[in-house]
Amino acid sequence: MAVYDRALIISQAEAAPGIFSMWLETEKIAKEAKPGQFLSLYCGSEDKLLPRPISICEISEDRTALRLVYRVAGKGTKEFAGLKAGDRIDVMGALGNGFPLSGSKVKAILIGGGIGIPPMLELAKELDCEKSIVLGYRDLTFLDKEFIPYGQVYLSTEDGSCGVKGNVINAIEQNELQADVIYACGPTPMLKGVKAYAKEHNITAWLSLEERMACGIGACLACVCKTKDTDHHTHVNNTRICKEGPVFLAEEIEL
Amino acid sequence: MISTKVTIAGVEWNNPVTTASGTFGSGMEFADFMDIGRLGAVTTKGVSFTPWTGNPVPRIAETASGMLNAIGLQNPGVEVFVNRDLPFLKKYDTKVIVNVCGKTTEDYLKVVERLGECDVDMLEINISCPNVKEGGIAFGQNACSVEEITRQVKKYAKQPVIMKLSPNVTDIREMAKAAEAGGADALSLINTLTGTKIDIHKRKFVLANETGGLSGPAIKPVALRMVNQAARSVRIPIIGMGGIMTGEDAIEFLMAGATAVAVGTANFRNPMATAEVIEGIQTFLVNEGINDINEIIGCVN
Repeated sequence: MAVYDRALIISQAEAAPGIFSMWLETEKIAKEAKPGQFLSLYCGSEDKLLPRPISICEISEDRTALRLVYRVAGKGTKEFAGLKAGDRIDVMGALGNGFPLSGSKVKAILIGGGIGIPPMLELAKELDCEKSIVLGYRDLTFLDKEFIPYGQVYLSTEDGSCGVKGNVINAIEQNELQADVIYACGPTPMLKGVKAYAKEHNITAWLSLEERMACGIGACLACVCKTKDTDHHTHVNNTRICKEGPVFLAEEIEL
Repeated sequence: MISTKVTIAGVEWNNPVTTASGTFGSGMEFADFMDIGRLGAVTTKGVSFTPWTGNPVPRIAETASGMLNAIGLQNPGVEVFVNRDLPFLKKYDTKVIVNVCGKTTEDYLKVVERLGECDVDMLEINISCPNVKEGGIAFGQNACSVEEITRQVKKYAKQPVIMKLSPNVTDIREMAKAAEAGGADALSLINTLTGTKIDIHKRKFVLANETGGLSGPAIKPVALRMVNQAARSVRIPIIGMGGIMTGEDAIEFLMAGATAVAVGTANFRNPMATAEVIEGIQTFLVNEGINDINEIIGCVN
C-alpha cells in the first residue's frame, strides 16, 4: 500500500553531468518496495504543485532506504538536485506495479535506455536467472559499471563512443543475445523497437512506460496509454500508467 | 460545541467540504490515505451514459501555482458507476454528489434518469468542461442554453440539481441567474479557466489537445470574485471552488457567499488535502470563537 512520508536524504551526488543519485531513508516505503515501482517526490515550493514521478533505482539490503537516480529536466528536478544530506523531502510510494520477478531457469535480457536505466539496477539484483544487460545511451554513460556483478553488460551509444554504435536492438543483434523474457524501460521509440523485436522473436516482453502524471495514484486519469483490450477499471481502451502500470506486457498495450 | 453542518437544497452535510469533480475519482484511490467519511460530501468524476475514452496524451501540464488539464472526461459510463463506484461510496457517512456529463441534452437526461433509481444525494450537472468538443462548455456559455438545459434536467431529476458553471464567460451573474431561472437548486463554480502552454524547444503545444483547463491556487482570486458576484445575484446556495489548498482558503470562499466548498487540484499534491482543509476550518472557528459556521457565510457582503 502506498504511503506518504517525510524522507531523510542520506546522500546526494552528481553521477554524470545532469544525472543525480540520491539515497532516501524511508523505512515505511522501502520495506514494501519492488523493482520497477516509483515514488512521487514533492517540491518544497508550492508554486510547483504536482509531484514528480521518479523510479526506484535500488533498495537497501536492510530495506530502510531507497536510491533514486534522476535527470535534471526542469524546475522540480533542479530543486531536488539542490537538496543535501540531512535535508528532508515529502515522498509518496511505492507506486505502480513493478516488474514481475519470474522464476529462475529462464534467460532474460534487461534493457535500459537513458534515464530508463536506473530501475533496471534493482531488477538486475533481484531477478534470479541468467541475465544479459543492455544499456543504451546517447553519448555519456552512467551507472553501467554498477550492473557488472549481476550479468553480462552490453552497451550501445548513438555516437559510437562506447560499445555498439546505434541503439539497444543493434547491441542485442550484434552480440547475438538470446532470451525467454525481456524487461525494458526507456523512451517510447526504444520501447516500440523492443516490442517489435520481442514479437518477431516470440519473446515475452515487459515494458515500463512513462507519461506526464498529476496525482500518481490513479485518480486523475492523466497518464493513460492505449490498450489492445478494454481496461478493467476505465472500461475503455485506455489504462492508467501510474496504477495498472508502469510495467505492462508488451502485447497488451499500443505504443 | 462547534457546528460545521450546512444545508444545501435541503440536504444536510456534516461539514461544508466536498471534492471537485475529476480530482478524486469516486474516492477509491484516496481511501488508503484518509477516511472518506470525514468529508461533507464526495463529488464524483463526470459520469456519462456510455464509456468515454477521453483525449490523447499528454493530458496535463504544470504551470506556476497551477496546472492545465485536458483529460476529456474519460469515464466508464453510468452502469459501471452504479454497480461498482456507488456501492463503495455508500459505505461511508458522507453525501454522494454525482457529476453528470453529456454531449447532447438527451445524454444528460439519460444519466439523470438512471441515477434517479439510485441512492444518490445530489446531482451536479457539468455544463462547463472546456475539454470536450460537443456538450460541456457549449451549454455553459450562453444564458439561454443554461436556462434550457437546467429546465430539462429538472424535469427528469429525482435529486436536487446543482449546475456547475464555467468562468469562461463575460458575466458570471447572467449564467447564475439563468440557472436559477431554469430551476436549479444550487450552483457550483468555478470550473477551470481555458489556457495553454507551449514547449519552446519543440515549438509546439504541450497538451495534445492544445488547450486545457487551468486550476490550482493561480485561479483562486478569479474564483472568489465570481463566487461573490454569483452569491449577490441569486438566492440559491453556492458551492465555491477554485484553488482551495487550506482551511483559510475555504473560509474566504464561505465569507464570499459560498455555503460549501470543493477541494480540487490540492488532492493531486496531497492525498490528505480535504481532511486538512476540514481541520483548518475547525481550527479557524475555534480560534475566532464562532459556534456555527453559518455565521460567516457571506459575511463580507
